[in-house]
Amino acid sequence: MWGKVVHVLVITVFTVLLAFPFYWMVITSFKQNVDLYTMENNPFVFNAKPTLDHLKFLFTETRFVRWLANTTFVGIVVVAITLVLAVPAAYSLARLSGRWGERLGIAIFLTYLVPQTLLFIPLSRVVAYLGLQDSLWALILVYPSFTVPFSIWLLMGFFKSIPKELEDAAMVDGLTRFGAFAKMVIPISTSGILTVVIFTFTLVTQEFVYALTFISSESNQMIGTGIPIFLVRGDVYYWGALMAACLIASLPIAFLYNLFLDRFIAGFTVGAVK
Amino acid sequence: MAVVETRSLTKVFKEGELGAVNSVNLETREGEFLVFLGPSGSGKTTLLRMIAGLETPTSGEILIGGRVVNDLSPRDRRIAMVFQSYALYPHLSVYKNIAFPLKAQRVKKDLHKQKVEWAASLLGIGALLDRKPRELSGGERQRVALARAIVREPAVFLLDEPLSNLDAKLRASAREELERFHRRVGTTTIYVTHDQVEAMAMGDRVLVLNKGVVHQLGTPTEVYDNPADTFVATFLGSPPMNLAELSDVIVGFRPEHFRPVSSVNGEAVAFRFKVENIEYLGSEWIVSGTPASGKLGGQKVFSRLNSAQDLSLGGTYDFAVPQCELKFFDRSTEKRVEPKVVSWQ
Amino acid sequence: MAIARARIKSVGAAQSPLLGATMFTPAVLYILLLVAGPFSLAFLYAFSDARIGNTEMHYVGLENFRSILKSPSFRMAIRNSFIFTICSQIVVIVGANILAIALEKTFRGRGFIRFLILLPWVAPIALGAIGWKWILDSIYSVISWVLVALHFYKPFNAPMWLGEPHLAIASVLLVHSWRLMPFSTVILLAGRTAIPKDIPEAAAVDGAGFWRTQFQIIIPMMRPILSVAVLFGLIFTFTDMTVVYILTAGGPFDSTQTLPSLAFAMGIQGSDLAAGAAISLFLVPLLIIIAYFMLRVAHRAEVN
Repeated sequence: MWGKVVHVLVITVFTVLLAFPFYWMVITSFKQNVDLYTMENNPFVFNAKPTLDHLKFLFTETRFVRWLANTTFVGIVVVAITLVLAVPAAYSLARLSGRWGERLGIAIFLTYLVPQTLLFIPLSRVVAYLGLQDSLWALILVYPSFTVPFSIWLLMGFFKSIPKELEDAAMVDGLTRFGAFAKMVIPISTSGILTVVIFTFTLVTQEFVYALTFISSESNQMIGTGIPIFLVRGDVYYWGALMAACLIASLPIAFLYNLFLDRFIAGFTVGAVK
Repeated sequence: MAVVETRSLTKVFKEGELGAVNSVNLETREGEFLVFLGPSGSGKTTLLRMIAGLETPTSGEILIGGRVVNDLSPRDRRIAMVFQSYALYPHLSVYKNIAFPLKAQRVKKDLHKQKVEWAASLLGIGALLDRKPRELSGGERQRVALARAIVREPAVFLLDEPLSNLDAKLRASAREELERFHRRVGTTTIYVTHDQVEAMAMGDRVLVLNKGVVHQLGTPTEVYDNPADTFVATFLGSPPMNLAELSDVIVGFRPEHFRPVSSVNGEAVAFRFKVENIEYLGSEWIVSGTPASGKLGGQKVFSRLNSAQDLSLGGTYDFAVPQCELKFFDRSTEKRVEPKVVSWQ
Repeated sequence: MAIARARIKSVGAAQSPLLGATMFTPAVLYILLLVAGPFSLAFLYAFSDARIGNTEMHYVGLENFRSILKSPSFRMAIRNSFIFTICSQIVVIVGANILAIALEKTFRGRGFIRFLILLPWVAPIALGAIGWKWILDSIYSVISWVLVALHFYKPFNAPMWLGEPHLAIASVLLVHSWRLMPFSTVILLAGRTAIPKDIPEAAAVDGAGFWRTQFQIIIPMMRPILSVAVLFGLIFTFTDMTVVYILTAGGPFDSTQTLPSLAFAMGIQGSDLAAGAAISLFLVPLLIIIAYFMLRVAHRAEVN
């Protein structure tokens, strides 16, 4: 019995601590400004009627929708580039057994450890040199540098779990190795590929450093940078709209992430848990 | 005083459904090797786990050494258990594996070495003390698991199908080792298995279970020669006992008692037998076929013979079963009844 | 059948190495260009006088390093980088273990709870950080309101969570831990469920209670997974600039500055690319150490 009480307590405390900011976002998004900015008011209740004003403001008087569009655009193109590069690479590395494949796999894994906060300074110069400053194409060019290693990693584990006999059977039936890959392996890898799509997209939306460094104008912002920086006019934070924006940007990603969580964990723990 | 006793022990996992274990009563005898035998899903493992304290009973009592232990945790029951996978701690050396129960029971550190070495020598693994489990063979792992179990000098050993993870060849020698170990140590042991050969070979007594219900508890001789019902009769013995449904009774006879007429003496029931399949197993023949006529006509019957050289596929021969080897079972309850007079035609 | 097999061998053997190379070369080239390239450039800039807006660049030797090593903000930044990383990691590992134990058993609503628990990690870093900025606001902080209501503070006298150096450091630590907790929990939970069920049962039969089983059996068995969670956690925190940038912009008075945030402040905001590059290079030693340990964990897993 004791055990049960402690169990419930632990779960409750942690859940509250971790999810509270999002709950707070919800409340703030719908509270009238008078309510928000009166210190005496109990912040946990609605002292004035809930309002949709902040949402209206967000969608009509800020570039929020444009930022959503930007992020979606960059996301889609980067996902495409990532798939084209990572799927064949992961397959060849998964099937190329022996030291070659292992070594390359490890090397690719190590590049994931090189952080944006190290590369952003030289890359800012490169971007300027290419004339891509303040352009979404700068991000489209640079983002695959971290989405591709991560995706190769995820997919390697996935491909390794497909039995070789499948491709052997296809080749006995007359397909070339590449044909076996294209016609046999890819069609049955939809869940692995879907996982890569989802995670690449979330990596794109979460990225901050490059988006902050390369993009300067308000209309070209991504979600992750536009919201914290441009929903502030002068020194004034539009908290109601800010919190609403955060919610709208975060929740869909959270849903998708949850669906594919097991794959994500497998990607990270490949090799450590056998 | 029985070492282990259960009274009306029941375990129901899902409300409204049949229990995994249904009102089981048993009493072990001092120092015996008791086998829980049954097919998968028969409740034998659940029963063992309840005795160990790893599963809480829905109702009924468990007694170890005369005390009711229902509310005691496994550590307080003076039991030791060997799991199907042996459950050796992979990050600890063999020595530390064996010493772990001592550590957990807060036995004085200076006594550890002595006890571990005693247990290790009992199982002949003194040389392996520094190794890690992953470096050991299947048989060696079993011995380490046993050493870890015995080091606590428990009142009863519980073994959950420890031989099923070994390959066939290894199984025979591991089984023999277990038997030798039991004779040396003499602790009451409960052994769970689905393999009736193991049960017969190793058990002092066999508890035959199906669907959570005890069908029979007896020595190997008793359960084999005097099965309590058709389930026990057909579960033990390979091929299983031949069963024939007659007007108001089920009659059974074992394949080894169904032989050519010439080798049967005394009062016997005769059949015209058409041979349809002959299997040569090296040490014996398994012949199956159908009786040519009568109440058994068309039903598949097995025979075990030392020699089948005179038989050929498709041929019809005179076979017989000694009258005294016939077993009779009630048609509705399937339980064993006194011999009756039946007509075979 | 033998003919078919021979055919596979010739087709496979002849095509595989070449085909394999063709299939992974584009990815490898891309990564080389966009990771190795800039990485080397970082070294180049650190030894130069590059500035934003200036196309020229000259070699200046160790000048950049000399000046930043003398700067107090730099020393603060290095100190903070380590404090934030190590302290948050400790908090996270202990918390994640506890939470993982609690989440092991299935219970009603576990899926929903898991969704809620994951939010800090899944939401874009900047957005979570700005959520906290509102919660820690100097005037309207809900935490302040609660403390005032409980009479711990007089109205209008609540602390400035992001404005007072020690509190600011604590706040940054809090947000880092908050963000990392779900990631570690989920990984540790995977590690725990990978442990066969009969091991803790054997420990129970052997007489081990809850704590002994955790510390002497379960957690040692989780070592590879623990290492993975810790190593990644260290990297994510050590190389992050977003939390600091959003919450405090390094202030007050550089007291929450970290290596990455200082590199950004000097390199981009201050236009001194060379100094920024030099500062960010100080991330490299720790990255190398972590990479080494990661390889060791992977190697050990192979061996077992």
